[in-house]
Amino acid sequence: MNYEEEIRRLKEDLELKKSEIVHLKSLLTTNSSEVIPQIVNDVEKQWEDLSSHTKLSNNEIARYSRQLILPEIGVRGQLCLSQRSVLIVGAGGLGCPASIYLAAAGIGRLGVVDYDEVELSNLHRQILHTERRIGIPKSASVIGACQQLNSDVKFVPYHLQLNSENALNLIKHYDVVLDATDNVASRYLLNDACVLAGKPLVSGSALRFQGQLTVYNHKGGPCYRCLFPKPPPPETVTNCSDGGVLGVVPGIIGCLQALEAIKIAAGMDSSFSQRLLLFDGLDGTFRGVSIRKKSLGCLVCGDNPTITKLIDYEQFCGAGANDKDQALHILSENERIKPKEYKSMLDCGTPHVLVDVRLPVELEICHLPAPAINIPMDSLCKETSKEKLLNTAKVLESSGECVPIIVVCRQGNDSQVAVRKFKELMQDTDCHFVFKDLLGGLTSWAKQIDNTFPVY
Amino acid sequence: MAAGVDVSLEFSGGAELLFDRVKKHDISLPSQDKSWTLQCLLAWIRDNMLKERPELFMQGQTVRPGILVLVNDADWELLGELDYVIQPNDTITFISTLHGG
Repeated sequence: MNYEEEIRRLKEDLELKKSEIVHLKSLLTTNSSEVIPQIVNDVEKQWEDLSSHTKLSNNEIARYSRQLILPEIGVRGQLCLSQRSVLIVGAGGLGCPASIYLAAAGIGRLGVVDYDEVELSNLHRQILHTERRIGIPKSASVIGACQQLNSDVKFVPYHLQLNSENALNLIKHYDVVLDATDNVASRYLLNDACVLAGKPLVSGSALRFQGQLTVYNHKGGPCYRCLFPKPPPPETVTNCSDGGVLGVVPGIIGCLQALEAIKIAAGMDSSFSQRLLLFDGLDGTFRGVSIRKKSLGCLVCGDNPTITKLIDYEQFCGAGANDKDQALHILSENERIKPKEYKSMLDCGTPHVLVDVRLPVELEICHLPAPAINIPMDSLCKETSKEKLLNTAKVLESSGECVPIIVVCRQGNDSQVAVRKFKELMQDTDCHFVFKDLLGGLTSWAKQIDNTFPVY
Repeated sequence: MAAGVDVSLEFSGGAELLFDRVKKHDISLPSQDKSWTLQCLLAWIRDNMLKERPELFMQGQTVRPGILVLVNDADWELLGELDYVIQPNDTITFISTLHGG
């Protein structure tokens, strides 16, 4: 008996059953009248040839009439669109507007990749998902919405994490790729995969009130690596969960990604090859700047490339291929206090000082039921912060006891960094504080102590 | 002796957060023995404008990976990067790349 063959067959069965489970779950959680498309996890699946569509039907002429009469599009451009396929990686704040406009414009086939499920905190910017679809795969949710707008398009929802093993197999079935991801490792992975597969990459990103847009690897233009040969140090990268983002900002950039993808698919020139668009929603400015040419020494698209197959991108970037915060382990166990221990300190009235290191805007959202000093992370090293701590020390010293200082933040990462920093700051003073951080921050407090406490 | 130079500095993509959230700074670089190259400017920024955590902006003598530098809206790579000699009234832009979506 051929065991390898058997294993392969079983694995296939397993994948099939997994997607059935996801599908059934999604039916359970949504309105029974709502159709949620079944997800696809077979990246090698062959798709029907789109090139046989060579004549617009009356229905298509009516549907696309307003763009059909644009000389730049015309019947030729519309047929081009219907014969092309676009892959959107990331069904989030960028992927939602990008996919709905591509579907509306009549792209031939639209693939959407995302490993994640819909959460409540997504809905302010990921506008194709619905309250009812919380918990179901984002890719299926986006495709479900697009299907309702234009059922002529062939849709493929992939519920998977794009990685070095599957990326090339997936991308090769598409003509244009959109980078609508939210992390550095995925951006390098997509870039290299697009260079190796010879596909243009329409890259968008957004944070806070700002967005950026570029087209990579298109008509001799540069790739992401030409611009950024080295990944940014992980500590300099801010995700939407930590930095915040106004929903309409990725909305604008996602729309622009759709626009560029439509132009490329319809055979027009892209405006953003070797150009970077900077959008600032706070200042109300759009600005296009010239960026460097394709670099001859680029490791992946240069004259003598050394990256000829996909590498380990999480290792390359020193960060995971998602935008979830990883729990840090900076402090030792005796420098941390569990939410339950802190609760009993509060209940017993044990003297202590609480330092909240979040931004004032976050304190307005929620705070622990105890008076706290606010020293935000960006001012840990300021003289005023040191003074605040020293003034506290004076009050404490008069009571003659060693009173602990408890440092709290949202998730229990910043608080560890802060404890280290405070200890350094206080080294050259004659105050002897005992600093501890609240393990897991307010998120753990909400989970373990007070389930009415807001989580953000 | 090189004369002082007036330049505009712009920060975007989050780099402005390291400079009191101010996106545009008009500065006067003092006269010095050698000419004002971008390398000198970076050192000057580090010593005079970056009060905390310079590692979020710089790595060694240059900007950290993930920051693009433009001179008058053109990529500094086309102009010799650190060796470019700053001209009066140049606008130098530092763009931190965004990754969210």
